[in-house]
Parts: sequence; structure tokens; C-alpha cells
Amino acid sequence: MSVSSIPATPARRIPVGRMAVYAIVFGIGLCLAFAPFLFKDVRAAEVAARICIFIVLVASYDLLIGYTGIVSFAHTMFFGLGAYGAAIALKAWGPGWDAILIGGGAGVLAALVLAVLIGLLSLRVKAIFFAMVTLAAASVMLVLASQLSDITGGEDGFTYQAPRLFSPAFKLFEDADGKVLRLFEVPLNGKVAAYYFVFLSSFVLFLVMMRIVASPMGTVLQAIRENEMRAEAIGYKVVAYRTAIFCIAAVIAALIGVVRAVWLKYTGPEVALSFHIMIDILLMVVIGGMGTIIGAVIGVVVMSLAQFYLKDLMQVAADATSGFPLLPDLLNPDRWLLWLGVLFILLVYFFPAGIAGTLMKKGSVR
Amino acid sequence: MPTPSLRTENLTIRFGGHVAVDHVTCAFQPGELTVIVGPNGAGKTTWFNLVSGQLKPSEGKVFKGEHDITGQSPSARAKAGIGRAFQLTNLFPKLSVLENVRLVVQARRGVGPRALSRAAALTDIRDEAMGYLESARLADVADYPAAALPHGDQRKLEVAMLIAMQPDIFMFDEPTAGMSVDEAPVILDLIAAIKKDMAKTILLVEHKMDVVRALADRIIVLHNGELVADGKPDEVMALPIVREIYLGVGAEDEE
Ligand SMILES: Nc1ncnc2c1ncn2[C@@H]1O[C@H](COP(=O)(O)OP(=O)(O)O)[C@@H](O)[C@H]1O
Ligand SMILES: [Mg+2]
Repeated sequence: MSVSSIPATPARRIPVGRMAVYAIVFGIGLCLAFAPFLFKDVRAAEVAARICIFIVLVASYDLLIGYTGIVSFAHTMFFGLGAYGAAIALKAWGPGWDAILIGGGAGVLAALVLAVLIGLLSLRVKAIFFAMVTLAAASVMLVLASQLSDITGGEDGFTYQAPRLFSPAFKLFEDADGKVLRLFEVPLNGKVAAYYFVFLSSFVLFLVMMRIVASPMGTVLQAIRENEMRAEAIGYKVVAYRTAIFCIAAVIAALIGVVRAVWLKYTGPEVALSFHIMIDILLMVVIGGMGTIIGAVIGVVVMSLAQFYLKDLMQVAADATSGFPLLPDLLNPDRWLLWLGVLFILLVYFFPAGIAGTLMKKGSVR
Repeated sequence: MPTPSLRTENLTIRFGGHVAVDHVTCAFQPGELTVIVGPNGAGKTTWFNLVSGQLKPSEGKVFKGEHDITGQSPSARAKAGIGRAFQLTNLFPKLSVLENVRLVVQARRGVGPRALSRAAALTDIRDEAMGYLESARLADVADYPAAALPHGDQRKLEVAMLIAMQPDIFMFDEPTAGMSVDEAPVILDLIAAIKKDMAKTILLVEHKMDVVRALADRIIVLHNGELVADGKPDEVMALPIVREIYLGVGAEDEE
């Protein structure tokens, strides 16, 4: 009786879109897992590491905006707290694991405490006020970082050393002659170790987030996003859940901030705290697909490749079209931001729920 | 008299100058099904909101058994055994029908140390939820998003979610509103089944006269926020004031 009233759809269609998304994400995962052996130039290593880090950062933001419907502008603040915590300790005590552990730990703890405070004080209020509070907190942190320049290096930031294991001169494995062992021509030195430190940390944090959204709590978060009043009415303390996920996301952002600081051996507002990063996160989560977590992988890869390689691509295109009128001018690499904007608009137009979100709807029962 | 399972005392709420619920004092016993009637805008839904905690009263108190719960949040009241279905369908639209009910079972039972396991692996919670869907004849559409259901099925889901709460106090707010004649009996049968359990208190806002006659142990009448009549169905329905205000809006029977 009830089925007859539903439009005639077979009970389950093959979720082709979902399978496609999983395949893409799996492919990206493989590329990242073997990045040092697949992409051998220095810039590629930077891009791969940045992609790993941003996947975690964006996915943790998706826990808030996509899963729970919390709009926060303080995500880079938590990221920065982790990064600065580790960086300041590495600078002060020299390149040791103790510095990373204690300094990074302090940064993560600071992020947690701030998240609890912001969460308890303001998650009860309307979403717009909450967003404003996070914006204010993030601005204060940015000002603090530039004012306390003795510790933070101010606007310029500061450099330091990472543990010896991660220095390019360090040999992970030696051959019989005491030279660094090579695998597929790639020297197994500290640079490779550093990349795998980034990759494995990101991978573990990503798996943790996948588990969180698949857990009983994950469904509650979605319920809160869908209908906060009903979630409360069936017995869930909405404020407690929102505060909890806000804290979890903050801690994950801070942890990956520590990783970022160790990888870059430089920390400053531009790489760890600025609102540019916040905007990147927002764009990536929208392009990937909010409320999907794995959309973060796709969003980050698309945006990062565009940010790093669009200029090169345009140079090639400009050269190739040099005979034509107007075209080379339009394709001039200086206009890359314009084209990035166009790309973004096209993506949002054709994938309104983000790339992963829109694809996963194709062929599924939903 | 035994302690009432639910009681409101001078319960009042004002919206600006408008008094939507006006010093309502009444008590309910386990094993009793009370139908609440009154024309549209009488304050029935608002009184429900005060009891289940969605609104805070301007004045007056709510007691569950002997406990004053006036200051408690809706989630605390739900945990304390006050369950509520809504007049306007109030689901988790993008989640599946099964997930809607599973969330209710999960809220009541808790997951304890299994908080980190996969939700899909909690088969006991899933199976219990499926049981409620079967009794509401929704098992076939368990995997559809709630928003994709036709209106009648959404109403059934609304009721299935309330039953899944297994409360002591059941509050149904026009559960069959807008349902077709052949669909409404599913819901009425479910309510009749709950009524067999003498430990439960049932409050039902309902206009359809046949339903009222079949189920009601008692009727209370709200009018302009005030409780104007309270008693056995036959007595209440015979009161002139009720004939005037309630039967005057009998056109709603056709809704
Ligand atoms: N949140 C609110 N703000 C202002 N007025 C309200 C609000 N909720 C209900 N009311 C008013 O209270 C009165 C009672 O409404 P309601 O409880 O929905 O009536 P019923 O359920 O008996 O049809 C109506 O006049 C309605 O407009
Ligand atoms: Mg009403």
C-alpha cells in the first residue's frame, strides 16, 4: 500500500555515481601514497604534501559545515595554534621530537580549550552570531600573532629545523658503500621520510574522520543539521553534540597544523593563520561537496592543481595560440585568477552539491 | 487519587499581548486516553509545546509524576518519558526512513561503549527500528529519504518515531490530519494498541468525531487558550459551550 504511492523506481539502482567517486578518491589516494616515486620534482612533492594536509583540514571543516551545519571562520585559527605550538618549540629547543610533542601538544591543547569555550559560550545562539564570534576570535589570533613578533616572528613568520630524520642529508637506508639507497631512482633520504610522515598522519586522521561520520554520533550530527528541534525532541542534547564536534574538528585541525609546521620548517601567518587559507578551505569544501567527507579529497586536489599548475597550463596555451588575435592575451598567465574564478563558477554550476555530492546522487536511490 | 503521571498547573504563555495558553490546570492518569479538542488557534499545539519543552511558559508549572520539569530542556523531558509527535510533519528529511527511527531508538537506548563502532553495525538498534517500521507498514520504504514519502506515509513515520521513544506519556497532535480515509486506520490501530498498556498516558489532539468516540476515555476542551470543559466524552460533548465552539467547526472533519 505504501509503496504504490512512491514513484515507480526500482527498489535499488546501481549507485554508479558513488562508485565513480570512490574510484576517483582511491586513485588520488594511490597517487598520494606513491607520490615521491611518481612525481619526482621538488615542486610536486610540495604540492602532494600540501594536498595531504589540506584534505585533513577541509574534511575536518566538513564535519562542521557539511555534517552538522555549523558555520565557523575559526578553523585556520585552530590549524595555526597547532602549527605555531610546534614551530615555537622547535625554534626554542632545537629540532627534536620532544619539541614537536610538547610544543605541538600545547598548541593542540590550546585549540581544544578555545574550542570548548567558544562552543559552550556561543553554540546556543543563532548560527549567524556564532559565525561572528568565530570570526572575531580568528581576527584576534591573527593580530596576536603579528604583535607578539618576538615569539612568532610577526608578519614574516620564522624558520627552524625539523628533526634530523627529515633532513635531505639523512639516509634512511644505506647500500654497501655507505651511499643512500635508491628505490626506482629515488634516494631514500629524509625528504622521503618527511613526506611519509605527512602522508601517514593525514591518512590516519582522515580514517578517524571517516569513522566518526559512520559512527552513531555521525548520524546524530546529520540529524542536527536536518532538524535541530526534532533532534532535541527525541532526546539528544544538541548543544553538547555541537560542542563536541566543534572540539573534535578543532583538535584535528590543530594536529594537522603541527604536521604542516614540521613539513614546511617555516611558520607564519600566510601559511598557518591567514583568512586566505580559510577562504581556500571554504572553496575546497564547496567544490568537493559538503557533508561527504571524501568530497574533501576531490575538492582539495582540483583546487590545488589549479592553484599550482593553472599558470603553467595557461603559459602553454598562450604560446600555442600566439598566432591568433586576443587569445594569447586572454590566456596570459597573469590572468590566472580570473580563470580560476571561471573554473569555480563552472564547477558550482554543473555540480551544485559539489563534485562528490553531485556524482554520488547519480544512480542512487536518493 | 494516585499521583497523576502528568500535571500542568496554571500553565500560561503570552506572545506579546496575546495569551495563547491561559492558566491551564489539569492532571492525567496512567491508562487514560484524553482527547483534546478545540477550534484552530485554541492553543492545543502551544500547550503541547509547553509540556514537551519546546516553549517555556510565562507562568505556571509542568509536573511529570512528582517532579517539576518546568525548567528542563526538551531532550531531558524526552529522556524522562515524555514523547511527542508533531502536527506539522517534523522529520529528518534527507535521512532515510529507517535512520529517522533508528535515531530515536539510539537516543533512548544509548550506545555506551559502542560509540566508536559503525552505526550500521548496531544491528540490535536497527532491528528494533525495523520493528516499528513494520508495525507502521513502512518497512517497504525503509531506505527512502523521509522527504520522498507521500504525506500519509510521513504522518505514519511521525507516529512510528513517537512509538519508538517508548515514553510513559504519548502526545499525538492531529496524527491523521490530511490522511486519506484508508490510511488513517493504521495510525488509529497503533494508538489503540498503546492504549492496551495501562501504564501509559495518552494525549490526543483530534477532530474526527468517530475517532474521538472510539478512543476517548475523557475529553478536555480548549478555547482561546483556556480550559473550558473536562470530563467523560458524552458529558463533554453534550455541553452547550462545546456544541457551540467545537461542533461549529465540524467542517474540519472533512480535512
Ligand atoms: N510562536 C508563536 N508566536 C506567536 N503566536 C503564536 C506562536 N505559537 C502559537 N501562536 C498563537 O497561539 C495561538 C494558538 O495556536 P496553536 O496552539 O497552534 O492552536 P491549535 O493547535 O489549537 O490550533 C494562535 O493564535 C497562534 O497564532
Ligand atoms: Mg495545532
